[in-house]
Amino acid sequence: MYTQALNATDSQIQPVEDMSQAAAFQARIDAEERIEANDWMPETYRRTLARQISQHAHSEIVGMLPEGNWITRAPSLRRKAALLAKVQDECGHGLYLYAAAETLGISREQFFGQLLSGNAKYSSIFNYPATTWADIGAIGWLVDGAAIMNQIPLCRCSYGPYARAMIRVCKEESFHQRQGFEIMVTLSRGTGEQKAMAQDALNRWWWPCLMMFGPPDTVSEHSDASMAWKIKRFSNDELRQKFVDATVPQAQHLGLMLPDPDLRFDEASGHWLYGEIDWNEFKQVLAGNGPCNRDRLAARRKAHAEGAWVRDAAAAHALKQMRAAV
Amino acid sequence: MMENKMMPLWEVFIRSRNGLAHKHVGSLHATDSKMAVQAARDVYTRRGEGLSIWVVPSAAIVASDPSDKAMMFEPAESKVYRHPTFYEVPDEIGHM
Ligand SMILES: [Fe+2]
Ligand SMILES: [Fe+2]
Repeated sequence: MYTQALNATDSQIQPVEDMSQAAAFQARIDAEERIEANDWMPETYRRTLARQISQHAHSEIVGMLPEGNWITRAPSLRRKAALLAKVQDECGHGLYLYAAAETLGISREQFFGQLLSGNAKYSSIFNYPATTWADIGAIGWLVDGAAIMNQIPLCRCSYGPYARAMIRVCKEESFHQRQGFEIMVTLSRGTGEQKAMAQDALNRWWWPCLMMFGPPDTVSEHSDASMAWKIKRFSNDELRQKFVDATVPQAQHLGLMLPDPDLRFDEASGHWLYGEIDWNEFKQVLAGNGPCNRDRLAARRKAHAEGAWVRDAAAAHALKQMRAAV
Repeated sequence: MMENKMMPLWEVFIRSRNGLAHKHVGSLHATDSKMAVQAARDVYTRRGEGLSIWVVPSAAIVASDPSDKAMMFEPAESKVYRHPTFYEVPDEIGHM
């Protein structure tokens, strides 16, 4: 995963640019041409992408924390190996995405700095705790499931390096979702207690997962520019609806209840209609007041600080090798 | 402290099968070539994607300037006589 609609277009003042260049750029986008790193691009396009891709990268990295917490407590070696491989994939996703973001002229160190200082956002979903083993099932099934919905259209994003990174990421996501769903199947066919655990996890993750797609289209600012630039291909609500439609039958198969009394199938539109999302909760989590925001940042800062000697030692070793070679 | 020194960027190329050329797959940061190869193995070949890895310091790559695109590649567009279809071969001859 895990981009969400933190991907609002950057609204800073548009610098004066050659209008004919801007028109030529838009014409390339309209012709479905991919933009590459050294091509001319409007400053707002560059800034919007740098922010979106780096926030996406931060989300992959922070996203390792809730699941990493369960690696040593997985119930079997099979589950442990799978979870370890999944978390390793997420780390790789972070790397692909930082590399794509760097092509826009900002260094990975600068992006790290933005995350560690608390200035950069990352997906709201990772500010919720994974309190039981069933949460690992729910995360894979729902969080990675929502991520897939978001990420598939990004494989056709107008910016080449981002699109290519997303193709790699999407190839790896399917295993994440399937391993999560398998955990949910096992629990929901298990003892009463296990089934209750699965239901409890679904109850807690469902609404935050719907929030992953970002604010409703009626209030989502600036997404028009991202659409025109073909960074975004579907609106937040369109993607959210696709996710709900895909997930309801899966929950039914599990014999679990989605925690939404208003959920109903609408014959006319062929969609599952869902109840009111608590957007105030979403705002609070994005503003830093979710259940785990402080923990997550503290864990990243600690890991970064404790890894400093490793980076220093590697750099010193490289320098020594270089001098020896002269 | 070396904390401010940035880790160099490397471009990674993978040969997916013998008989195929190495293909660019992405980039990564590493302090030296050995670390770059190991990291490339970990990041880009976790599912049997390759049999051979090349890493090249990104700084060593010389690229053409995209704004010279028209001038650089125009000859390839205008010289139609470089293509076999430019030449007429009588129908009776068949495939040539
Ligand atoms: Fe991911
Ligand atoms: Fe994932």
